[in-house]
Amino acid sequence: MLGFIITIGVLLLVVITLMVYRLHRLVTVMRASDKQEVSPQSNKINALLMVLFLVLSLVATIWYSYTRFDQYNLPVASEHGMLTDRLFWITMAITGVVFIITQVLLFWFSYRYQFKKERKALFYPENNKLEFLWTIVPAIALTFLVLYGLIVWNKITAPAPENAEVIEVMGYQFAWKVRYPGEDGVLGKYDFRKIDVENTFGMDFTDKYAHDDFTPRQIHIPKGVPVEFKIRARDVLHSFYLPHFRVKQDAVPGMQTRFSFVANKTTEEMRQETGNPDFNYELACAEICGRGHFSMRYILVVDTPEEYEAWKKEQQPWLEKNPEYLAKVGLDSEGKPLAKLGAK
Amino acid sequence: MSEQAQANIAQDGHDHDAHDHEHHDNFITKYIFSTDHKTIAKQYLISGIIWALIGGALSTIFRLQLGFPEASLEWLRPLLGGWITNTGTLDPEFYLALVTMHGTIMVFFVLTAGLSGTFSNFLIPLQIGARDMASGFMNMLSYWFFFIASVIMFVSLFLETGPAGGGWVIYPPLSALPQAISGSGMGMTLWLIAMVFFIASTLMGGINYIATVINMRTKGMTFSRLPLTIWAFFLTAIIGLLSFPVLFAAALLLVFDRSFGTSFYLSEIYIGGEALPNVGGSPVLYQHLFWFLGHPEVYIVLLPALGITSEIIATNSRKPIFGYKAMIISMLGITILSFIVWAHHMFVSGMNPFLGSIFMLLTLIIAIPSAVKVFNYLTTLWKGNIKFTPAMLFSIGLVSFFISGGLTGIFLGNSAIDIQLHDTYFVVAHFHLVMGSASFFGLLAGVYHWFPKMFGRMMDAKLGYIHFWLTFVGVYLIFFPMHYIGIAGFPRRYYSFTNFDAFSAFGDLNVFVSIAAIVTFFAQFIFLFNFFYSMFRGRKATANPWKSNTLEWTTPLVPGHGNWPGKIPYVYRWPYDYSKPGAEDDFIPQNVPHTETGSSNLPHENELIEEEKALKAEESQA
Repeated sequence: MLGFIITIGVLLLVVITLMVYRLHRLVTVMRASDKQEVSPQSNKINALLMVLFLVLSLVATIWYSYTRFDQYNLPVASEHGMLTDRLFWITMAITGVVFIITQVLLFWFSYRYQFKKERKALFYPENNKLEFLWTIVPAIALTFLVLYGLIVWNKITAPAPENAEVIEVMGYQFAWKVRYPGEDGVLGKYDFRKIDVENTFGMDFTDKYAHDDFTPRQIHIPKGVPVEFKIRARDVLHSFYLPHFRVKQDAVPGMQTRFSFVANKTTEEMRQETGNPDFNYELACAEICGRGHFSMRYILVVDTPEEYEAWKKEQQPWLEKNPEYLAKVGLDSEGKPLAKLGAK
Repeated sequence: MSEQAQANIAQDGHDHDAHDHEHHDNFITKYIFSTDHKTIAKQYLISGIIWALIGGALSTIFRLQLGFPEASLEWLRPLLGGWITNTGTLDPEFYLALVTMHGTIMVFFVLTAGLSGTFSNFLIPLQIGARDMASGFMNMLSYWFFFIASVIMFVSLFLETGPAGGGWVIYPPLSALPQAISGSGMGMTLWLIAMVFFIASTLMGGINYIATVINMRTKGMTFSRLPLTIWAFFLTAIIGLLSFPVLFAAALLLVFDRSFGTSFYLSEIYIGGEALPNVGGSPVLYQHLFWFLGHPEVYIVLLPALGITSEIIATNSRKPIFGYKAMIISMLGITILSFIVWAHHMFVSGMNPFLGSIFMLLTLIIAIPSAVKVFNYLTTLWKGNIKFTPAMLFSIGLVSFFISGGLTGIFLGNSAIDIQLHDTYFVVAHFHLVMGSASFFGLLAGVYHWFPKMFGRMMDAKLGYIHFWLTFVGVYLIFFPMHYIGIAGFPRRYYSFTNFDAFSAFGDLNVFVSIAAIVTFFAQFIFLFNFFYSMFRGRKATANPWKSNTLEWTTPLVPGHGNWPGKIPYVYRWPYDYSKPGAEDDFIPQNVPHTETGSSNLPHENELIEEEKALKAEESQA
């Protein structure tokens, strides 16, 4: 019943609007004001609205950008992140100036040069000097930005230093897994064909290096020490995204990617800086990967180097936690195939 | 092709009145399987409008989810059925399908077919002075291939497993494996089939546009006298012709991977409890192929809008477009550069970082011609005598969006900054302004401006003003706040942000954006009403309602088959002689020879008079 009444109401509203519109049309036809190409009154109103829009939107933008700065400016916790943030704000300054000048000119000209019957527009078809000027000036500004960007980009993508902590991270539907190389400092080999319910990484235990690898529930990294993430995906594309560290790198099935960086604030320091005792660094997925794309959260903890070493010592290799696994896949404790029963 | 063109040119010599009487159009040949470019243009326009409504409606549904994640969407069950879960929320996979289909529909079906299809078809013959397209039959096929693509894509919306859901870029392996997302089953198959038809349609259209512009210009219509609209459509068609086949190749290889067990894009995958046999493929290869179309596609969408805007701004400022040659050179620059910047979508894809630096350099170069265009628009307005027709308002809006969205491109094109901003709401804000809204405004501006030529009637200006201001303000209210959300790092294509502490802010802003989006969507019904009402009941238009210079306004009010009843007018001047000093009116149409405008001729134009005399004599002989 309610639905019926609402439908009737909406219909009535539509009919009334149509009637009003029709009446309005008849009146304009009677006054013959519709014969004019553009009515002078409308022209004036539109010109005024242009300026009004310009002023209101600029004020609103500046006000919001200023008052909410801390809300949209994510704290940064990596060395290269400071660089990219600076580049971001330099670009913002340059484009901001251009933005304001061009938008002001656009709406101001629209207002200032609105139609007047007695005036004639200026016949001004070209000026090569002007064209040259506004080709060269943006070119110079962009050259600066490109060079700056190149320097930063090359620094970020350079090979990781020798002493970098190597950590493997794997994305799958819909979570992450990490693997540390263990005491020997070398990640063991893997093979996607060796993946099963327990061995989610597909660690290849014929490789002795895999035996001490451990797979913790949280990522821990040391502050001030270069860390290199070896990134891969098990099923579809994912993207390894650490917003606070300005890190993003796709995880690609069949191809290992990498990202190395230096964290410069521990979780504890960040908790103090943000005043949030529950603060945690988070890892998210930034490449569409299916229904759980929005829920691939993993916690990353930045420790002091001492805490980090202590934490590493506490971790138990995966094999120790799953002692019967080797036998299950037919390997002895050295990773050699077990002699088949009955064979010599 | 040239044979066909010659046949058409030869036709011009015939007595056209007699020729007209040979036609006995029935309903089907006149309105459905028509080979007339004007009818085909209208077919594209109406199809585009329908698709825009569907695409817009999809976006309001996912905006409801983003703005009001807690709200019950139970009331949508009659429409969406099983896609509303038992708890009354939207199914996350359907959410992804919504954003995917919104993107596909808007980019390809609305802003490519609806924009280029409508205005290239409508304006090319009318503005260059031709009776029709080079091949009317192929033109008709082009529309009907698009129609088939539309039907298939539309059907995919109603599949039980849902339409394609891997994002409009359909990156494999997600799009290749039905185990990964249900939309990659039948939905993806239909998506691929529809796109194959769509590409065929675009290619047939493009070949036609190019052939027509090169071969069928009327006497005197040299390339240096072409309206900027035609230049834009011409270059757009060339871009499409060179880039769409690459998408076809990408899609074909994906079909092979999906159905025939090949491994072009698939490698080392363990999914659904089993390791797949595919090895050696590369998902990055697909991205290269896709963006080799995908980036030029941005300009396929944008250039026609810029062309339309150039024409409308010049006409309504009553001034020549400033820097006609610079505008053409910028468009040529954009055309060429558009092919060598694609990998800026892939800075963090795992591509070699060295390639990243090359593509950053090339990408930022493309900002220069874009900047030149903006400055030229501004100078055209300067000291003009501006009439705010609805078309003019939408054109000014376009320039504003083009500036706002173009400048954020400088952030994203810089690979170092892109690491953080890639696939965040900053990107969403950027491309919705610069390519989505700007092109959409170009489309609307074109409809308001050429409606009188299409239907012989005027659209209501006041409703147009209301429509403009609601839409213009609405678009900014939707997309401007997204910059903040993006700078804060919020990733796109997220069903909800509640899982992360880092993304827990901005609930208020998301509500705001959603409300703005819904209001803006409903404001489009003002346009719809105006459009369909004026088609039948609008005020009768005059022959040249905007006092414009281009040739289409020399045709009868509603041009019939062949466009001009008599001979096609010859062209004696460029299309931007507005407010010329010494001239009687503030405009001189292109078909007026310099002999008749002695008082306003520039010195070099007086030299043309001798040549023109012979031409004029030839023209009047007919």
